[in-house]
Amino acid sequence: MTILEFEKPLYEIEQKIQELKEISESSGMDVSDKIELFEKQAQEYKKELYANLTPAQRIQIARHSDRPNFLDYIKLITSDFIELHGDRTGTDDRAIIGGLAKIDGQNVMIIGTQKGKNTKENLVYNFGMPQPQGYRKALRLFQHADKFNLPIITLIDTPGAYPGMKAEETAQGTAIAVNLKEMAKLNVPVIAVITGEGCSGGALGLAVADRVFMLEHAYYTVISPEGCASILWRDASKADVAAQALKITSEDLLKLDIIDGIIKEPLGGAHNDYEMISNELKTTVMKAVNELKDVKSSQLKDDRYNKFRRMGVFCQ
Amino acid sequence: MTVKDWFEQRKELQIARRKQDPQIDDNIGKLWVKCYNCNSQLLRKEVEENLEVCPKCNYHFRINARTRINQLFDEGTFEELFSNITTADPLNFVDTEPYTKRISQAKAKTNLNEAVISGVGKIDGNSVAAAVMDFDFMGGSMGSVVGEKVTLAMEEALKRKIPMLAVTASGGARMQESILSLMQMAKTSCAVARLNEAGLLYITVLTEPTFGGVTASFATLGDIIIAEQDARIGFAGRRVIEQTIRQSLPADFQTANYLMKYGQIDMISSRADLKSNISKLINLHKH
Repeated sequence: MTILEFEKPLYEIEQKIQELKEISESSGMDVSDKIELFEKQAQEYKKELYANLTPAQRIQIARHSDRPNFLDYIKLITSDFIELHGDRTGTDDRAIIGGLAKIDGQNVMIIGTQKGKNTKENLVYNFGMPQPQGYRKALRLFQHADKFNLPIITLIDTPGAYPGMKAEETAQGTAIAVNLKEMAKLNVPVIAVITGEGCSGGALGLAVADRVFMLEHAYYTVISPEGCASILWRDASKADVAAQALKITSEDLLKLDIIDGIIKEPLGGAHNDYEMISNELKTTVMKAVNELKDVKSSQLKDDRYNKFRRMGVFCQ
Repeated sequence: MTVKDWFEQRKELQIARRKQDPQIDDNIGKLWVKCYNCNSQLLRKEVEENLEVCPKCNYHFRINARTRINQLFDEGTFEELFSNITTADPLNFVDTEPYTKRISQAKAKTNLNEAVISGVGKIDGNSVAAAVMDFDFMGGSMGSVVGEKVTLAMEEALKRKIPMLAVTASGGARMQESILSLMQMAKTSCAVARLNEAGLLYITVLTEPTFGGVTASFATLGDIIIAEQDARIGFAGRRVIEQTIRQSLPADFQTANYLMKYGQIDMISSRADLKSNISKLINLHKH
């Protein structure tokens, strides 16, 4: 397990407690009351540590290499998953995966960005950065779900749409734009969850949804803090300051009325307990599906339109 | 390369682009100006009379929103709407300068209150709702006001059952409004969906430069997409991509011609023909 920089003091305390336990066992000395006390203190320290994380530290959790990815959630929350491949015009982008599945007996279309956990996997999934063909595959699956009246669930964890030559040649901007527009026309419920990184248009291209949720430590932003710092502060090392200024945490976005709810993560982040986070995610998503699945499609579309229509703050 | 590196490069690109930008407005009031393309010394008046196009090499200089409106709409017919909507600072954003200060500076520089002008007017007698962007106002960046005014223009088109025209010029989203800016992409695109469902014609004119969040939303959603000659249009910036893929890009990368070659736009128009092309397109959609 990767230990983040700010977690090191906690890790060291836990190591020491472990050592103490081993010594006590091998020497037969009974220090269980001491150990219990230390463990209690360590637990309190842990709670306090994770309750007071800066936005920059939470980004580290959101980017954690052990964080559950799309295929982990597929394994843990769905059954009978059948992946549907390809954009039907020449490409099967691996950064976006989608297919049909059952969740709690309900048939759904589930689509998400896929990140790897190591370099080898990331080369396959392009670090979760989709090409235009990925967005076009997603659109094909959205429209398939629309045709067969299946609720759509999207799970988003992407540092952004891929900035490459081929991506430009094949119209990255247009691919995202078309998704935004066509998602507005869908007659079925759409539930989006930002599970890790929700960077810019690359994330939004799957998130014009009736309900948008975020995992507690996920972040959702118009630009990465590093990018923002580079442009506005002309200094990438100001990323922490930018992260603060951009208001990218789940609590900030709930306050700004951009998202509909926060999915609580296990202490220390989703990677500490795959089961728990999957259950929380499933419960939240299926509650929304059940609320929306009998709503008339015209009402659903009007509500979706109005949801995004009122976003923005200005004077008049 | 890491995503962090990627954004590092993006920064350099932005700075380089700002340096390169032809500041035609700086030349206003001067007798002589220089063409950024062919280096010719030109009489300011001569350039102006030629629709801000170099009379020697035909290079199309960037123009502001008011000039654009004057060139496209029948004289005296354009009625600006929604100018009462002005910028707030919802996040109390401060980078090297407060957002509010940047807004005041942009207002003073451009004599506009935001990076878009919305309204209705006539093009060869046809009523059209329009949103025309101005790059000189904070790089034409899209924040809440731009998103709202573009959406309102589209809703005006819906109300009056008339075609919608968007003329874009933008570096992308306005970072100082963070997530609220990102949501303007969704808002404007949802409004285009309504135009589609109402069967109303939506024409977009992509002008120098159109990038980022504007490219990835209402700019590329036109039923007809026109790129103005000499415009650069893309999603990510040239240098960012160059450094991501570690190879040099073709000289015509992200130019109007390049987009044409890759099937992304319907046509390229010179400025001189733009009004008549739009007018013809509107008439050709009548039945």
